Amino acid sequence: MKRRRLVIRTMILVVLAAAVGYTLYANFTKDNVQKVAVGKTAPDFALVDMNGQKHRLSDYRGEGVFLNFWATWCKPCEREMPYIDKSYHEFKDKGVKVLTVDVGESELAVNNFIERHNLSFPVMIDKGEVQTAYGINPLPITFLIDKDGKVVRSHVGELTQATVNQFMEEIQP
Amino acid sequence: MNEVKCECGHVNPHGTVLCESCGKVLEEKEINKQLLDMRYEGSARRSQTYNKTIIDKIWNFFSSVKVGVWLIVLTLLASIFGTILPQVMYIPQNIPAIEHYENEYGWFGKLYYELGFHNLYSSWWYLLLIASIGVSLVICSLDRVVPLYRALKNQRVTRHEGFLRRQRLFGVSEAPQSDEVYKTITSKLGSKRYNIREENGNILAEKNRFSRWGPYINHIGLIIFLIGGMLRFVPGMYVDKTLWIREGETKAIPETDGQYYLTNNQFIVELYDKEKDGEVFEQALERAGGVVKTYQANVTLYEKEGDTIPGEQPELVKVRDDEIRVNEPLKVDGLALYQVDYKLNELHKMSFSLQDKETGDSFGDIQIDLFNPEEQYDLGNGYSVEVKSYFPDFEFDEDGEPATKSRVPNNPAFVFEMKAPDKPDGEVSFVAIQETIEPLGDNKYKMTFKGVETNNVSGLTVRKDLTLWILGLGGVIFMIGVAQGAYWNHRRIWIRRIDNKVWIAGHTNKNWHGLRRELEAVFDGTGIEVPEDQSEEGRKG
Repeated sequence: MKRRRLVIRTMILVVLAAAVGYTLYANFTKDNVQKVAVGKTAPDFALVDMNGQKHRLSDYRGEGVFLNFWATWCKPCEREMPYIDKSYHEFKDKGVKVLTVDVGESELAVNNFIERHNLSFPVMIDKGEVQTAYGINPLPITFLIDKDGKVVRSHVGELTQATVNQFMEEIQP
Repeated sequence: MNEVKCECGHVNPHGTVLCESCGKVLEEKEINKQLLDMRYEGSARRSQTYNKTIIDKIWNFFSSVKVGVWLIVLTLLASIFGTILPQVMYIPQNIPAIEHYENEYGWFGKLYYELGFHNLYSSWWYLLLIASIGVSLVICSLDRVVPLYRALKNQRVTRHEGFLRRQRLFGVSEAPQSDEVYKTITSKLGSKRYNIREENGNILAEKNRFSRWGPYINHIGLIIFLIGGMLRFVPGMYVDKTLWIREGETKAIPETDGQYYLTNNQFIVELYDKEKDGEVFEQALERAGGVVKTYQANVTLYEKEGDTIPGEQPELVKVRDDEIRVNEPLKVDGLALYQVDYKLNELHKMSFSLQDKETGDSFGDIQIDLFNPEEQYDLGNGYSVEVKSYFPDFEFDEDGEPATKSRVPNNPAFVFEMKAPDKPDGEVSFVAIQETIEPLGDNKYKMTFKGVETNNVSGLTVRKDLTLWILGLGGVIFMIGVAQGAYWNHRRIWIRRIDNKVWIAGHTNKNWHGLRRELEAVFDGTGIEVPEDQSEEGRKG
């Protein structure tokens, strides 16, 4: 009798705890804006850069990909551009691809920006689908994708020269 | 085991105050009371007796009504606190939330943010409070409904004298001479829909026992409601997304995995017309001025054909044209797209004329698409305009350099280079709204503002809620429980013959006046005295 009550009470409490636990868990994964999980394959996309060359992420298997999302009106993005450009030259022959995506501005604005900062890496404009696929909200955001297409790291916020270099080393095959 | 055997032979669980069967008082301290506490039929709320294992302790904590009330009070206080400043989803998204709170509300705003009140209703501790209320509800109910059910099921017709004497309605009369009187009483009780049980000449008349289950049914409704709320967090059950779409724009509908696209052909705000809409509205319209009749987005729905990955130009096949009005959503793939917001007259195209400042002669017009300006506009005859820089949402940044705040053309500004046969190297002019600067000295030519074209923007909500019917069901059960407990009373009348007296006691869970009236009617003309109200309240009345 007493034993049965203990069993029943334990079962009820376990069920309730599971329900509460699941709710909390689901709520926090919902709040997590990053749709791209570390360790998972990065969502594939294909965009045409400002020079007319098409880049498809899955074509770069075997190379590390440094994927950066930015906008011309985003000050931290602007500040980190020279660092990315510098590391781009250093790592482009070491198997690290740099792809940067503007979040849907006009070609003119993007071209002006490229000219002003003398950027040499590929720049693409996304009208929104790639941003949705990657769950982009605050800018800048950088994804590091390894040679197998897996996300190694995602970083929100401004980068320094040191972190850019460190990131590129991380995905160097 | 700590069970209590009553003298009537019934075995009660430990902690029982009144014998489940005969009603004899089992607790020492209750014996001296003049009236019994009839809550839960004096049954053993088990939680109050066992406190051995950790499971029992947790159980007992949530079983306490006092704890439940405190949880509700705390939740209410927390909910109130969350309304002091706007929650994070209602503030502008263009700057970090902490800055917004600090700029707008000073140190208090900063503190509010740092304590996590900016996202209070999704915070772990708030959810935990709500969940605790749910747990408390389940355990409180279980802990009370089971013993109550047992006690009401086991009750005997012949109740103990001590039980009868301590009922609020109680009286002793001389026993009537003939059994006819009892027959009259039972038939009268029967006509008042009492269920009558007899045992050795004693009578128990009872009605509306189901009313006692009202609160528990009500709690079941609440729990279903909470489960419905919980299911909102399950992926695929609930969607609430915003889609801003300009006239002429085609966008993927969120939550469809890029399968469906929507084009906004036109957005209309229609006002009531005094002439067309009939005289009944005339007075109201005169008083209120413009009254909106319709907010409407004329859209075309497309479905993607074939497999494309994000970023690739999808091949779209038209599904249908549709009109989205308030409360008349477009439905696709289990989602409903509602018209909820709009922005009128967003700048879309601007036109300028290249003019000689002296003579005012014009050498041609250019029209600039503010979302996709071209770099070069050729006007012929050796005249051309180049857009050197474009700032859709112009401002001067901290360094005094021209910059843009966003990609939305709220305040467009341009740096033009104007070329003419007599100025082959070009003249540079900075043009913003109501402002022209010639940074490289005096120019011969200027860009004269000619006009703008504007666009409307529809704000749509993309919504799906598969939990709605669960919430509805919970609500209905909740109300059934309320009605059950509120509109019916559980009434019992005990008649016991002891020697040549007749003892009568009555009990109801509410509306004592009603029970008294019923007893008066039943015993009228039988020679038996109507039992008296022994409570303070009854004696005064």
